[in-house]
Amino acid sequence: MVIDSVAAARPYVAAPRRGPVTRVLENERWFAFFLLLPTAVLLGLFIAYPFVKGVMLAVTDAKVGVPGNFVGLQNFAVLMNDSIFRIAVWNTILYTAVTTVFKLALGLWLALLLNRHFRAKALTRAFILLPFIIPTVLSTFAWKWMFDPTFSVINWTLFHLGIIRTRINWLGDPQLALISVMIVNVWRGVPFYAISLLAGLQTINPELAEAAAIDGARPWQRFRYITWPLLLPVTMVVVLFSVIQTFADFQLVYILTGGGPANATQLFATYAYQVGVGTGLLSEGAAISLAMFPVLLIVVVVQLLYIRRVETH
Amino acid sequence: MIEGARWRRWVFFNLPLVLFVVGLLFPFYWMMVTTVRPDAELYRPWMAPNYTPFWTLNPTLDHIRYLLDETLFSRWMLNTFFISVLATVISLFCGLLAGYALSRLKFPFAGSLGTGIFITYLVPQTLLFIPLADIIRNFRLGDTPWALVLTYPTFLIPFCTWLLMGYFKAIPRELEECARIDGATRWQAMVYIVFPVAVPGILSAGIFAFTLSWNEFIYALVFLSSPEQKTVAVGITSELVRGDVFYWGSLMAGALLGSVPVALIYSFFVEYYVAGITGSVKG
Repeated sequence: MVIDSVAAARPYVAAPRRGPVTRVLENERWFAFFLLLPTAVLLGLFIAYPFVKGVMLAVTDAKVGVPGNFVGLQNFAVLMNDSIFRIAVWNTILYTAVTTVFKLALGLWLALLLNRHFRAKALTRAFILLPFIIPTVLSTFAWKWMFDPTFSVINWTLFHLGIIRTRINWLGDPQLALISVMIVNVWRGVPFYAISLLAGLQTINPELAEAAAIDGARPWQRFRYITWPLLLPVTMVVVLFSVIQTFADFQLVYILTGGGPANATQLFATYAYQVGVGTGLLSEGAAISLAMFPVLLIVVVVQLLYIRRVETH
Repeated sequence: MIEGARWRRWVFFNLPLVLFVVGLLFPFYWMMVTTVRPDAELYRPWMAPNYTPFWTLNPTLDHIRYLLDETLFSRWMLNTFFISVLATVISLFCGLLAGYALSRLKFPFAGSLGTGIFITYLVPQTLLFIPLADIIRNFRLGDTPWALVLTYPTFLIPFCTWLLMGYFKAIPRELEECARIDGATRWQAMVYIVFPVAVPGILSAGIFAFTLSWNEFIYALVFLSSPEQKTVAVGITSELVRGDVFYWGSLMAGALLGSVPVALIYSFFVEYYVAGITGSVKG
């Protein structure tokens, strides 16, 4: 009898002895707490805290080395009457809207091309992503050199194709500068759209399109009524990411034009940099970049709601 | 897939695809040609009759030599490498733990924490760089690599967490439960059972995080000031552009060499990289 009860108890005795740390970690809530701690500390210190600090800066008149006093919403009031700020807002909206349309259209087209079978498909796909993975600043310098009015290879090509008669000053002309910047942004963004949409396309069952083809649907109809609706959820997420990145873009414009000529390509971020870092007006710079926030928030909320609606359908 | 005559395949498929490839890759070709082109040819206006844009008959290594001997380029490469590797490691560590907690454990506010991390994913760097510069100064991290090592994870962790959550969700719970029944602690089950299965996801997240760190510009531009602390992108921008003078040959050489580490890693892990992109989109 005694021996029996010992044998029954053995599995419990044999279980490894656990220290106090392990015992705390065995509690699901504490375990989750410790797992999330490093992330919470880093994000709190370098995202939440700067955000609060940014709001606090934006309501003072702080400059570099000068703490500044509380001035309420004066910085924002100044911005409302700042003609350069208005140009920057308009440019940012235009820049985001136009490039997003082109990136989506061209990216979708490229994804549809890549979705077919052809030789060297994997290689083509790998090379096509290069504009997206090569650091933006570095590839943008190549574009700046290609746009150089005196040495431009683009001008040479267009001239010899008989399209232009005189030189085009891509980055020096206020009207053209914004278009040039947009071209580079589209160039850099198309691969991301293409590869993401391609992944979406590959999840669509080809039998659907085949069935429609048998029922007599033309290629355009098959795309319009089968492929596009099924691709829409992925498309929305891709657009969401791209819109945020484009809206807050800095590197491209900083390298190509620095916001010039005469502020023709000034965006939120470049203007915030110019005012906050270039001129040293910390509070005004912080106010400019914070002004991005409400717009971004609206974009994100609208798109998230839309994505949810598409997904529940 | 394509019905009809051969010419249709050419017009609707081959031709557009070739145009896309040429258009997307031409700037890189231009970078390479410029790197080896001697100055005399480089600064020849495009109107000149002997302008030969697409090749050079007198290739030179002068620009690369200038870049390596007269600038701190190799130092910048080392800096960027050091910062990118450390930031990636930190982000992977945090992302793995947080991703596991958010996808596997039940605890109060799990949902809202997940949403919170997703929202930080959407906060662009350009929104915070001015107050952050102030904080970096207060922590006495200004002009040191640590300013970037600690701030890069802010945009890498949300991404890594989000990506890894997708991988963790796909791993069957039974796998972990078996280990737990055999006496493994929660920590052991996570580290020895779940993480090894998620290795492809970890690779994708790591490669993606590394390239994002290498690509980052505005924090590096604002937080670093002395030439020997700079990263490649900032170093090239500030040291090879003096006022209105662009050292185009060396600039292109720097752009080319500065892209090599990213391009190499990318070429070895294309599939993981693509999985990273698509995973980040699908969530």
